[in-house]
Amino acid sequence: MKVPLPHPERFTSRHIGPRPQDIQDMVETLGYPSLDAFVDAVVPEDIRLRRPLALPKGKSEREVLRALRALAGQNQVFRSYLGMGYHGTFTPQVIQRNILENPGWYTAYTPYQAEISQGRLEALLNYQTLVSDLTGLEIANASLLDEATAAAEAVWMTEAVVAKRPAPAYLVDQACHPQTIAVVRTRARARGIMIRVGPADRFELEPDVIGVLVQYPATDGLIADYRDLCRRAHEAGALVTAATDLLALTLLTPPGEWGADIVVGSSQRFGVPMGYGGPHAAFFATREELRRYMPGRIIGVSRDVTGRPALRMALQTREQHIRRDKATSNICTAQVLLAVMASMYAVYHGPDGLRRIAERVHAFTLLLATALRRLGYRLVHQHFFDTLCIEVERWALPGIVDAARARRINLRVLSPTHICVALDEAVALNDVADLIAVFALDEALPFMVDQLSPDVEPAIPEPLRRTSAYLTHPVFHLHHSETEMLRYIRRLEGRDLSLTEAMIPLGSCTMKLNATTEMMPVSWREFNRLHPFAPRDQTAGYLRLFQQLRFQLAEITGFAAVSLQPNAGSQGELTGLLVIRAYHESRGEGHRKTCLIPLSAHGTNPASAVMAGFEVVTVKSDAKGNVDLDDLRAKAAAHASDLAGIMVTYPSTHGVFEPSIQEICRIVHEAGGQVYLDGANLNAQVGLCRPGDYGADVCHLNLHKTFCIPHGGGGPGMGPIAVAAHLAPFLPDHPVVHVGGAQACGTVAAAPWGSAAILPISWAYIALMGWDGLTEATKVAILNANYIAHRLKGHYELLYSGAGGLVAHECIIDTRPFKQSAGVEVEDIAKRIIDYGFHPPTVSFPVPGTLMIEPTESESREELDRFCDALISIREEIREIEAGVAERGNNLLTHAPHTLEQVIADDWNRPYPRERAAFPSPSTRLHKIWPTVGRIDSAYGDRNLVCTCPPVEAYAS
Amino acid sequence: MSSIPADLRYTKDHEYVRAAANGIVTVGITDYAQGELGDVVFLDLPKAGDKVTAHQPFGTIEAVKAVSELFSPLSGEVLEVNGALDGDPAAVNRDPYGAGWMVRLRPSAAGEVNQLLDAESYKALIGE
Repeated sequence: MKVPLPHPERFTSRHIGPRPQDIQDMVETLGYPSLDAFVDAVVPEDIRLRRPLALPKGKSEREVLRALRALAGQNQVFRSYLGMGYHGTFTPQVIQRNILENPGWYTAYTPYQAEISQGRLEALLNYQTLVSDLTGLEIANASLLDEATAAAEAVWMTEAVVAKRPAPAYLVDQACHPQTIAVVRTRARARGIMIRVGPADRFELEPDVIGVLVQYPATDGLIADYRDLCRRAHEAGALVTAATDLLALTLLTPPGEWGADIVVGSSQRFGVPMGYGGPHAAFFATREELRRYMPGRIIGVSRDVTGRPALRMALQTREQHIRRDKATSNICTAQVLLAVMASMYAVYHGPDGLRRIAERVHAFTLLLATALRRLGYRLVHQHFFDTLCIEVERWALPGIVDAARARRINLRVLSPTHICVALDEAVALNDVADLIAVFALDEALPFMVDQLSPDVEPAIPEPLRRTSAYLTHPVFHLHHSETEMLRYIRRLEGRDLSLTEAMIPLGSCTMKLNATTEMMPVSWREFNRLHPFAPRDQTAGYLRLFQQLRFQLAEITGFAAVSLQPNAGSQGELTGLLVIRAYHESRGEGHRKTCLIPLSAHGTNPASAVMAGFEVVTVKSDAKGNVDLDDLRAKAAAHASDLAGIMVTYPSTHGVFEPSIQEICRIVHEAGGQVYLDGANLNAQVGLCRPGDYGADVCHLNLHKTFCIPHGGGGPGMGPIAVAAHLAPFLPDHPVVHVGGAQACGTVAAAPWGSAAILPISWAYIALMGWDGLTEATKVAILNANYIAHRLKGHYELLYSGAGGLVAHECIIDTRPFKQSAGVEVEDIAKRIIDYGFHPPTVSFPVPGTLMIEPTESESREELDRFCDALISIREEIREIEAGVAERGNNLLTHAPHTLEQVIADDWNRPYPRERAAFPSPSTRLHKIWPTVGRIDSAYGDRNLVCTCPPVEAYAS
Repeated sequence: MSSIPADLRYTKDHEYVRAAANGIVTVGITDYAQGELGDVVFLDLPKAGDKVTAHQPFGTIEAVKAVSELFSPLSGEVLEVNGALDGDPAAVNRDPYGAGWMVRLRPSAAGEVNQLLDAESYKALIGE
């Protein structure tokens, strides 16, 4: 007799919210006999993929964890002294467990809804304070993607700030990290800025020079004084940018004090693992008077309706989504989760703790320097912090590197006669002893390491020793015990709404499940402790995972090749356009620089196009919100000689499967252009249709949307691009690690595979779901959106829909009529949704005055119903105003959201009961989410900009 | 209903022009425009002595959620800039035709001002 073996549990049913019976009921509610019949009605037949994706079937969580373990086992964690902006660090375990591994932190979205984001906004304000204090500059942003792109942003900002020059040039010190130089070159070239790389002490500040970039300390460890350079640059009307290291700045004079205008760098070594390249938070700081030119998100202090201090994103009008083709950067995402970790590291250690860590690293470096000198080595630089540049005989170098390998140590070979060693917080005395043994080529030492006293000569020159105080704010002094730290983290977490609390139905953001199994490998040392430039034979597991992921993403998009380098969606856009540009140039058609962009496009599209050096021409939308084909034909024809391509989103930003997508691609191709497909809405397509099949040439994928990388409260993101075969030669390369095409468009991120440490999340998702689960997920995502649209019908106007009145994976409801009928704005409705315990949908994108709802496949029918009930109940509240039962301008909506403090206050004088304000639905009685501040006055904060921790007294009043 | 003083001239880009007897004109944005923009938080204005060209941008105005270019109604030279807006951009919302003025210009061609919209035409333009 055969023992019946039950089928292993399928993960798909954990990922997809509605149960099979729910799905059938919902489909029937919409008037279709089956899910497939419903999907056939939504997705145009001529673009359908009528075969299963060539991927394996879905696997169980146990199987996938086992496979991940096997891949991890193929990576070898050597001790890394490679430096170059990536250092070993010790993540305080209280931070690892309660932030990095905590969905309360990692599943939140960008803090657009400030009233339910005060926790991470405070952590980010701490981050800005940390960066501002350590760099010596007045204003810092809430983080950028990596050090190299931050330096490139500094070049773009410099271009915007300084007086125009006919053919601008920019000077880069050759002692900057090689990946920084490569990314700066790539991005500057796109803007027509000439990069000149040379030694900083011989910079010629000719009239065409707009700025200079130096590294402090330099990539080979040198600490140099740039005061004179700053003076000369400023006299020439140029700006100085310094790439720097926060730990070094606890001991060194900060660049802001010696004259730098912009300071960038990575905060990785503040407790964020190297992760084979990322994700980490880069920082960016500048002088007060340049604040409006600063790229990225800035957190600022404002006040709420009651006048109490409240935080929110400040100066948003600088940003690409508003400025569009007038923007001077296309950056949207920050690296919030990693910036939060770095800021907590500083909160936990405080200024004294940080200084002690830096002094210890420096002391070990001095010790190593002393030993190496005793062994007869010459050190190239006498002034250093944590990195030594050692001159070695040409014949001896391979032996040293081999001796290091034998001890599982990686050293940086700078040249055939130079080795660099960068020490870090993780180094202990025995590690230094091992390094000394390596350089002694394992021969007996003429001294005892533990009796060696470091040379007394100071390695930090007197004029560059830090004298100014930093981190004086109490927040950096109060949480040094683990109990206090734990409670501080928990307190902040409790102020924010994440996916652990409720649905976050943000349109265009795809807030789906970030499954625990998918997240597990992020904390495994075999994945997160590797240096991005570690030799390939130590990273076989990663390389195999990348290869499989590239294949999977190519199959899903219908393309031939994939680059995993771009670090966010915006970077994917820029990379895709640079690839298109390089393709045209390779055919002698470098004059093709017109980029068509539909009016409905996300603002990042035109910003990316401009940063890629293209001219933007807008294509109109028709009454249904689709691309106006007549206008497209006319503009493509008018630009047939100089058309580079089009950027188009599919399904459209309005959440509709436009039936004419193939025609759009054909028109652009006939005019000699390439089609860039914005993959923001890929979640509606996986397994059903493929950009490569219906005519696109390149697309980016937001792995943090469709492929389950959590949003981290506003980053990390990942934006790989997939391209057709003819574009594969132009995929980005890297100056240190061999990747990319033979005619690469340049380097677009600091690390060869972007934020490698989060790629296992997407790999795991695809493995868990398989072709069958992925396709099912897409179908249910579309079903859930249409179910919401159906339930809201009769209560709200649905703005756009496609064939049969159906939408794709999201729907837009029009709230503009209520301004006239009830004096209610879209903002009022959004804030009232918070009272009901949900994160509001996307507000005023893509159409001002509307709400865009994207439920994703992960939300159960019960949650969808709870959300629809809330919206319907809010509609009733609006009707009361329309009917004159409730007062215009003084009602449940205009005062929303309601804080606990407001509703229990003794002087309640509102014309509605407190209970209705706070507990508007049955579910809020089971679980109430309180906003910690009332409606925020954004104008006040933008008029009175404060972007660092305000004095404590400000909170006392 | 927004305020549209009868003694001013207007552009389709929502700037107003107040002409003084000596030919000097004062430029700002209309009450309707400030209402559409919302809370103004920052202005980037030219300097005294700068030349401006009719229908070309002479600055930008930022509200909390929108940014817009300011278009010069006339060609001419900037004589004076309202420095008080630096510290109090909200004056544009509060009092667009008074404290919220932006620049004073000396037009390069007399009479150009008469080609701008009058109050009735501007009212028709914004549909009020």
